[in-house]
Amino acid sequence: MRNSIKMMILALVAAGCCVLYLFHDLNGSFDYALPRRAIKVIAMVITGFTIAYATVVFQTITHNRILTPSIMGLDALYMLIQTLIIFFLGSDHMVSANKQINFLISVAAMMVFAMLLYKFLFKRGDQQIYFLLLVGIIIGTFFTSFSTFFQVLIDPNEFQIVQDRMFASFNNINADLVWLALVIVVGVIIYAWRLVKYLDVLSLGRETAINLGVPYDSVVKQMLIVTAIFISISTALVGPITFFGLIVANLSYQFFKTYKHKVLISGAVVMSVIALVGGQWVVERVFSFSTTLSVIINFIGGVYFIYLLLKERKKA
Amino acid sequence: MIEVKSLSKFYGKKAVVEDISVTIQPRKITSFIGPNGAGKSTLLSMVSRLLDADTGDVLMDQTDVRKMKSNEFAKRVSILKQSNYMNVRLTIRELVSFGRFPYSKGRLTEEDERIVDQSLEYMGLTDMQDQFLDELSGGQRQRAFIAMVIAQDTEYILLDEPLNNLDMKHSVQIMKILRRLVDELGKTVVIVLHDINFASVYSDWIVAMKDGRVVKDGPTEQIIQSDALKEIYDMDIPIQQMGGCRICVYFNS
Repeated sequence: MRNSIKMMILALVAAGCCVLYLFHDLNGSFDYALPRRAIKVIAMVITGFTIAYATVVFQTITHNRILTPSIMGLDALYMLIQTLIIFFLGSDHMVSANKQINFLISVAAMMVFAMLLYKFLFKRGDQQIYFLLLVGIIIGTFFTSFSTFFQVLIDPNEFQIVQDRMFASFNNINADLVWLALVIVVGVIIYAWRLVKYLDVLSLGRETAINLGVPYDSVVKQMLIVTAIFISISTALVGPITFFGLIVANLSYQFFKTYKHKVLISGAVVMSVIALVGGQWVVERVFSFSTTLSVIINFIGGVYFIYLLLKERKKA
Repeated sequence: MIEVKSLSKFYGKKAVVEDISVTIQPRKITSFIGPNGAGKSTLLSMVSRLLDADTGDVLMDQTDVRKMKSNEFAKRVSILKQSNYMNVRLTIRELVSFGRFPYSKGRLTEEDERIVDQSLEYMGLTDMQDQFLDELSGGQRQRAFIAMVIAQDTEYILLDEPLNNLDMKHSVQIMKILRRLVDELGKTVVIVLHDINFASVYSDWIVAMKDGRVVKDGPTEQIIQSDALKEIYDMDIPIQQMGGCRICVYFNS
């Protein structure tokens, strides 16, 4: 029962953040400012949801609480795509300048990459998850080095545009993209609904899960694909921000102290909405845009990550 | 009845289990014995679908187990492996409740709760059901996992070295419970054992393995014989009759 009270308080705080962001200092600009703010809030909720969901699921599948799905190299691929587009086509080319086209190309490329990776690796039978992660790290590093190579060669003015995309930002969000992303995310949630019940059992380990009748390989495969879709969407929507997932997932574990994934995922989602919407409000009103949200998140996230590492080391 | 038909498993070119055929008798305790690396655990993993066999079939009542749905299979066969490392912190009751997953998919009905209560009672865990697993001793943990398997309520219960790291008292306790499961509830228990005296005293049937093959397969009295054990373990093991039990005195042979 206590967890449901905690959840209610968190949900209220999240709703409070949204209201504060939407209406603070609005000055009666209901026609102009409010719809624009609303789009941003929806974008932040989508991002928060996808990142939190994907991270909790990914950590359950890998049995590891200090991994994020970025280890699969998806955000590295996103940066590579952006760099290559600007390097070969220029920043004023349609593929770079038109946000819808850019979004679709990025999501499609990340999805194709994830599918190929899984397809290639799932042929191999046992113990594939850690091998999958290893291949992900290596390919991710390769993508990063490759992007750096092109970024060094690129025209300095064009590089500014690449650099701008290296950090997640909510300041410039396209409304059409938000609706498109929302449709995809809702579709995936419905698809994955019947799989969520298996997550609790997956956290008991592969053998116990199979013993309890979970079709392990198929569930893990589908869940990894869901994770890849969510990460692709949030990355293409606002930029690389997967580190953020690590913080909210672990906060949710510590706060709720349960094995129930419905609670853990909802908790992580609500916390990420608080952090994103509340944080964006602070960026806009307190720092008056002198910094970006992702810088703050990476700073806090980094400190928290070190804390986690030290704590895990003590346990071992 | 579970029939294993010419089952093999290879790691690279090395056969861990080679062309094994055995039949598991219903409503009996069947013990798998044999030296380390004989392929006992691998065989058990293949029977319980944790591991895919390279060749051969496992038939349960004439049905190929690979063709059965995961969930239906989990209602008929349960397995407990040697190590049960978990990433989550659970109480005993929560763990045992997971045994009902094949039936209720995580939403426990009153019937499920009742079966969980019974399983806890059966393993003598009712008083400590709200303790966390990581606060328990090895024996208590093992009992909690066996309680989960009992709550799963399957015809077949497969256990891979359940006596590992347990002291004498807890080992005897667990073997007695397994005996009761067979005699009172009509379950079929398949167990991998290292201590042949436990196999001798508690099992109805013994399958002895060596180098990936079955070397002996028969009722307990036939296997617990000095000449048969010599073939399995390469040791001269005298056997003493004590209070109706056949005890292998292997300590100084």
